[in-house]
Formats: sequence, structure tokens, C-alpha cells
Amino acid sequence: MNPEGYLVLSAILFAIGIAGFLLRRNAIIAFMSIELMLNATNLAFVGFANYHGNLDGLIAAFFVMVVAAAEVVVGLAIIVAVYRARRSASVDDANLMKF
Amino acid sequence: MMPLIPLVTASEVAFWVCAPIAVLCALGLLLARKPVHSAVSMAGVMVSLAVLYAAQDAPFLFVIQIVVYTGAILMLFLFVVMLIGVDSMDSIVETIKGHRIASALVAFGLGALLIAAVGQFAVNGAPAGLAAANAEYGGNIESIAALLFGKYVFLFEASSALLITAAVGAMLLAHGERLKKKATQVETAAERVRAYVEEGEHPGPLPNSGVFARHNAISIPALLPDGTIAEKSVSKTLTMRGVVVDVNELRAPTNTAYAAIEARDAAIEGDDE
Amino acid sequence: MQLLETVSALSGSGAMVWLLIAIPLVCSAILMLSGKVADGWGHFLATAAPIASFVIGLILFMQLLGSAADARSINVDLYEWIGTGNWSIGLGLLVDPLSILFVLLITGVGSLIHIYSIGYMAHDERRRRFFAYLNLFIGAMLTLVLANNYLVLFLGWEGVGLASFLLISFWAHKPSAAAAGNKAFIVNRVGDLGLSLAIFSMLAMFGSVRFEDVNAGAAELSPLWATLIGFFLLLAACGKSAQVPLQSWLLDAMEGPTPVSALIHAATMVTAGVYLVVRSNAIYAQTEIATTAVAIVGTVTLLAGAWIGTSKDDIKKVLAGSTMSQIGYMMLAAGLGPIGASFAIFHLITHGAFKANMFLGAGSVMHGMNDDVNMRHFGALAKPMKITFFTFAMGYLAIIGFPFTSGFYSKDHIIEAAFQHNTIIGVLALIGAGVTAYYMTRLMMMTFFGKKRWADDVHPHESPLVMTVPLILLAIASIVAGLFMNGWIQDWLASSTGQEPHNTPLIHFTTIGLITLAVVAVGVLVGWFLHRGDIPRDEPVTKNPLVHAGRNDLYGDAFNEHAIIRPAKGFAGALTSFDRGAVDGVAMGSAAVASGLGAWLRKGQNGLVRSYGLTLSAGIVVLAVVVILGQLG
Repeated sequence: MNPEGYLVLSAILFAIGIAGFLLRRNAIIAFMSIELMLNATNLAFVGFANYHGNLDGLIAAFFVMVVAAAEVVVGLAIIVAVYRARRSASVDDANLMKF
Repeated sequence: MMPLIPLVTASEVAFWVCAPIAVLCALGLLLARKPVHSAVSMAGVMVSLAVLYAAQDAPFLFVIQIVVYTGAILMLFLFVVMLIGVDSMDSIVETIKGHRIASALVAFGLGALLIAAVGQFAVNGAPAGLAAANAEYGGNIESIAALLFGKYVFLFEASSALLITAAVGAMLLAHGERLKKKATQVETAAERVRAYVEEGEHPGPLPNSGVFARHNAISIPALLPDGTIAEKSVSKTLTMRGVVVDVNELRAPTNTAYAAIEARDAAIEGDDE
Repeated sequence: MQLLETVSALSGSGAMVWLLIAIPLVCSAILMLSGKVADGWGHFLATAAPIASFVIGLILFMQLLGSAADARSINVDLYEWIGTGNWSIGLGLLVDPLSILFVLLITGVGSLIHIYSIGYMAHDERRRRFFAYLNLFIGAMLTLVLANNYLVLFLGWEGVGLASFLLISFWAHKPSAAAAGNKAFIVNRVGDLGLSLAIFSMLAMFGSVRFEDVNAGAAELSPLWATLIGFFLLLAACGKSAQVPLQSWLLDAMEGPTPVSALIHAATMVTAGVYLVVRSNAIYAQTEIATTAVAIVGTVTLLAGAWIGTSKDDIKKVLAGSTMSQIGYMMLAAGLGPIGASFAIFHLITHGAFKANMFLGAGSVMHGMNDDVNMRHFGALAKPMKITFFTFAMGYLAIIGFPFTSGFYSKDHIIEAAFQHNTIIGVLALIGAGVTAYYMTRLMMMTFFGKKRWADDVHPHESPLVMTVPLILLAIASIVAGLFMNGWIQDWLASSTGQEPHNTPLIHFTTIGLITLAVVAVGVLVGWFLHRGDIPRDEPVTKNPLVHAGRNDLYGDAFNEHAIIRPAKGFAGALTSFDRGAVDGVAMGSAAVASGLGAWLRKGQNGLVRSYGLTLSAGIVVLAVVVILGQLG
């Protein structure tokens, strides 16, 4: 199996992730879109690892997962804290940092 | 001699089964209005990807993807979704002018560019495959371990620091401050006696729910000696929900039975006369 | 490595030269840094410093005396100060017949004035600081005269300027003293500009500022540049030596304590200009115009100073005018070419002695008169202040050129040389001598003779021994210095001034000398005649324009005010409005453009994460397109 298929799938998932981040206002869904983008890159990593025949790509994917775990923990805590303070999970409501 | 019809391998089958599922689930994530549905779609994407990892000789990542990503991270998402309102629905109306079209264009353009870039990717022969690399230390997990605890050991240790920091940070961020000091038993008792002296509130325990011949659930009010209902014998929540059982309804069979008995007694007495 | 070379240089024959400068400077630093700890003993340490330097100077002088005439020079290169490209400017010292005379004058008179100051400043609570500044001055002045190149000289030049500023405004609580310090500093900057330009020109012309290189290269200098450098040096000399047109600061400088007036503004610092001109004789030898300008400046100043001296009632200002006048003589001599140079130095040294003597005498008078300086309040002080009177009288005789006193030899030589050079200048110098005799007689009459005019609560008394001993020593020097040096100084200075010695015998009356004596006698008689009677305690109103001009310092300040300060203020005003209008306009305009642009751009900052994400993604797309197009192309 050639890697192009995986790469194209990865690109499609990544683009959907971008669209999700840009279009959805719910913070949790935006956050899941980010996870989707990370997953898409993981897929590309694994595809390249398989193509080149070495395991470094798998290690990279592994570390992406580690970082994603840490990021999710902090990010969700922030979402919860914001929700507690403002009773809203919409990213558009948190817009005080402006002119 | 090359076979005319290329042999379809198991990994190709896995790809052609899982790739559409992944794309559909991703679209589900994008389009679902309820966060719960999005989360479930996300789980679909992840599981599909896990299968694809397995198809590419990466069993360790396959397991990690399911256990850590789908099992832990996504469940954390679901947990937060539950916490901040499972019923909430996104409004479909876009508030920023032109944002939707621009975003769609950018996302589409980026996807197209990435695919175009993949098209440039010159394929020189078949992929090497991970079989050889996996076999080096006697298996995929052993080989990854060798890399992780050899070449990448400092990165590994740094990531441990990152995880600890993230855990502490999350705890700090999500921690709710207690507004008042927690009352001790002595203070509670004193408060109760004060309420009795000043407002005449009963200092003892609240009356328990009613006990009837056929029912003794907490939704049944107790009766006072004069036959009226004791309000405090039922939880306010149950009262508000309107699930409190009507006492008269409960009394009805008993009253009927008494009436029958009295009627029969009267008949017997009447016979005696 | 360089340090080793430096050390070896210091242990050679010039080992002691740097100590001359270092001792007062170190003492000054100790006094300034040690705080109140040194209040009790600081002035003794400070007084020991110039005495130590004087002893070292004497040893060096003996060493030079013992050497052959053409070997009387010790050059000590301490280390390379500035080394850039083709230029290498060293920190070096030069002891030669000219500089050693200055060293002896500075440290000798300086030591006496330090001793005198112990008494004079006894009750000043900032005495330690005063002595620290005095030591700083001695160190800087020695740097000035011992330098072997113009840049190190400039270092000392600025150092004495700083010390002068600090000491003139020493009593800065008096607004007049603070203003006088500022005035001296600012006017001196004009002169410093001249010296800077001269140094720049020398670097451009000779590639070096060492005296020997400049002297060697001067012969090949083009007349234009020789004249230019000559004028630059003359400007510098005018600033430092209070010559017309930069004379106005010296009279105000009398606001400083009297020992300062004696040391800095009579004996040493103000003569630095003469030193500079004499030191640069090789340059002046190449340019007739600049030399003549020096002589003219000297002549004008000697008359102007004498004029001012005739009309002032402030004893220190009379002496200050006299100082200007006497330095005018020196400049005149220096402008007469090689013949006059050694006379200039001769007069400089004798003047250093007798003028310091008279300033200290004036200080002693002030000391006894509750710091009053107005001569109209004095009178008949000869009796209560005998020592002061006698020492002052010695100085008086010396300055008017009484036969066989030091002024007789040094000043008459200059007048004679002036007559040889140009009759007009000679006549003017002669008139100056007469006026000098007049105003000095006036001073003597008003201060020491006549009836007492002081107030009842003033009790004139003789000063303590610590003040009178220096006076006595200086008085002796005023009388005998000329006798000792007359036959010797030209030989001694021949190598420095580049002149064939032609010494005159001790008893030597030429026609011009006799005429001079006659003119001086007339001046004395007129002075005695006019001031023999009662002198009003208040300054009489006069319609005599000459007196009026003299009282107002010949309108020097008014001239400065109208010719320089007002045009400068107008120019500054014009520059300010240009700055406000044009420069600020451009600056504010561009700021307005920037802020307008910012106001427009900040609309993009709408606080919505998704918009920022969109911008970010669009940027990525653009970058990706660029990269891909680059790959294709």
C-alpha cells in the first residue's frame, strides 16, 4: 500500500479540523477539531514511518499524543473555569482582549 | 510476471474500509449541533485511525490510540461536555460577517494544497514497511522502547515534566474556592438551638415519611394526629417535581375496607335486634 | 608586557617626574573621598603635597642644571593613550628648562599659598574640600606644563579650568560667586574651542601632537595653516589668560577665596596662555600675521587692564585688572618673536611672585577688615598691619619697576624689546607702565595711607604667622628674583625658545629704560597727588567717560551681551521655532500617520479567536502557495 492514500486522508482530516476550528463556536468542539488536526498529523507520521521503514515516525506520533494529553487536560480545565465564570462555552463570548 | 489484477492486501482493505468512515465521522464532528454527537463522531475517527495504525505494522500506537486517546482523552471531553451542559446546542447563525465563507475557502484551499503537495511526493518503489525495523529488537514494542529509552530518553523525561505541570495546572484552574469556612458539628448544633430559640424551629430531626399499610416510600407524606399532611416529611425536591403521592388516594382502600367492615358490623348488630 | 615597559620607564631617570603630578592628585582624591575623617588633618596633607612636589622639582632642576645645555630634557613616555591607525598619542611628560621653571613657580608659590590658606580658611567649614580642589589644581597645572604633547596639555588645561570653576564658585551660596564660576567656565570654553581646533589641525598637518614633532614639522607648514593654527592657539591663550576679547571672566573670578585669586588667577593658571604661545614658538615663527596678532592682543589687554585698574574701588578687582595688564605684557613679549619669549617667561615668573604676594596681602587686609574689599573703607592701615604693609610695599615696588626690583628687570626688557620691534607698540607699553604706577600708587594710598575710614566695629589686626610667613617669603622673592634671574634666564631658556641669548648686565640704563623710569615716576606722583587728601567713603558720581568705562570693565559685559549673547539667543530662538514648526511637524505628522494607520488596523483586533485563527490559516495558505510556486519555478 503506497503512502499517498494515508497522506491524502491525513490532508482531508486536517482540512476538516481547520474548518471545525474556524466555524464552530462551542469551545469544546473547537478543541476537538484541534485534536482532529493532531490525529491527522499522527496519521501522516505513521504513514511516512511505514514508507521509510524506521520507527522514528512512531515515536513522533507517540510524543504528539503525550503533548495532546497534557494540552487537553489544561485546555479543558480552562474551558471549565471560563464556563464557571461566564456561564458560556462559546469562544466568541471571550472577546475582551481587543481594542 | 506481474499479475494483471493487483493483489488486494489486508492493509488495503483496512484502508478502504476505515478511510471513508474516518472522513464521515470527521464531517460528523464538524456538522453535529450537539457537542455529544461531535464527541462520539470524534471517537469514530480515532478508532478508524487506530485500525489504520494497526494496518501499518504499528500495533503499539494502535493500542495507545484506543486506550489513551479514545479511552482517556475523549472520555475527558465527554466528561466536560456533561459538566457544562449536555443539552446545549450551537446556534447556526454566523455572527461574524463573511467568516463562514472565508473559513470554508481557507480550509478547502489548505486541504487542496496539502493534497497537491502529496501529489508532488515522488514515490520511489514500494514502501519499506516496518517489519524489519520492528524485528530489530524482537518486536514493535521492544523496538519503540529501545528508541524511547535510548535516543529519545531526554525528550521522554521532558515530557514527564510537561505532564506533571499540566496536571498541576489543570488542578489549579479547575479548583473552586470554598467561600465559607466549613461548619463544625458544634457550630451546627449551636445554630440549630439558636433557630429554635429565635424562630421556634424544631431542633430535632425532620419527621420521616409516611408509613401506610401498603406504602412507605419517601414520596409519601406523613399525617399529623388531626389527619392533615405534615409538609416537612417529604423532600422539597419531590414536592416541586410533583411526584408526591396523594394521601387520600392511599387512604381510599383502607377507608373502603373500614366502610365494608362497619357495614357488616351494622348488619350483624341489626340481625341481633 | 606594556605594563612592564611602563614600569621600566618609571624606574628610569624620569622616575620622579610622574610623582610630581601624582602626589597632589592622590592627595586630592584622598581628601575628596575620605569625608569627615580628614577634616582634622586634611589641610596638612594637602599642604604637604605641593611641598613634596616642589622638592622633587628642585631635584629635577638640579639635575638639569648639572647637564650639558643641549641635554637638558627628560622625556618620559608613560604609555600609549590613543592608538588609532596612523596616530599614536602617548601619555608622556617632558621636563625641559621651560617646564621646570613653571614647575618651580607652581609648586613654590603653590606651597606658600597652601600654607597661607591654612590660616585664611581656618574658619571655613568646607576647608577640606577647598584644599582638595587646590591640590586638584596643582596636579592639573603640573600636567599642563609637564605634558610632552598638546593632548596631554589639553588634559591639564581642562583640569585647571575645572579647578578654577570649582574654586571661583567655592562659596556657591552667594549667587554672584556661582554666576562668576559659570562665567569663567563658559568663557573658557571658547578658548578651549581654539585649543581643540589647534590640536585637530596639528593632527591633520603633522599626524602627531608631540611638541618635538610639531616643532620639527612647523618649518614645512604652509603659511595659511601656520596662521590658522597660530590664531587657534591665540584664541586658546586669550580664553585662559583673560586677554581681550575673552577678558571678562577674570574680574568676576575675584568672587573666589583670595588664595585662589592669588594662585590661580594671578600667579599660575592665567599664565598658561603665555606658556602655550611660548611653547608653540615654532608655529609662530612661521607666521608673521599671527605673531603680530599676539602682540596686538597683548598691547590692547595691557592698556585695558591698566585702565580698569585705575577706576575700581574693590582692591581685588584692581589687582585683577593689574593681572590682566601684566599678562598683556607677557603676551606682547611672546608676540615679539623669539627675542621676547624668554622675557615673557621672565616676567611671568617675577609677576607670579609679586602678584601672589600682593593678592595674599590683600587677603590679609580683608582678613583684618571683616572681609571688606572696598578700598574706600580702608585707609591708614600701615600702622595696624605692619608686616602686610611692608610685604605689600615690596610687591608694589616690584610691579611699578622700581630699580633693581624684579619688575624693573623683567618689565623693562619687554618695553625695550617692544620699542625695537615697533615704536607704536613700544609707546603704548610705556604708557601702560605709567598707568600701572598710577593705579598701584592709588591702591597704596587708599589702603595704607591717609585717614582711617573704616567703621567703628572693625578692628584691623595683623594676620597670624601662618599667613604672614608666606607673605614675607614672597616679598623677598619679589625683590630679588629679578637680580638672580636677569643674567641667566635667556641662556637657560635658549633651547626652549629658540633664541640667541643676549644678556644684559645688572646695572644697565638705556635711554628707553630712563624714559620708562621717568614715566613711572610721573605715574607715582600723579597717584600720590590725587589721593593724598580725603577720599569719600562712597563712590563719587562722575561724568568722566573714561572713569565710567573703567568702572564698568570697559563695557566688556555689555559688549558680550549685545554682540554675542543676544544674537545667540535670537539664533537659538529661531532654531527653536524651526524645531517646533518643521522638525516637530515632521515628527508629529509621521506620528499622526502611524496612529491613524494603527487606528485603522486595530479594527482587526476584534478579540474573536476564530478571526485570529482565520488570519493565521490564511497566512499558512499564502505561505504554502509561495513555497509550492517556488518549487515549481
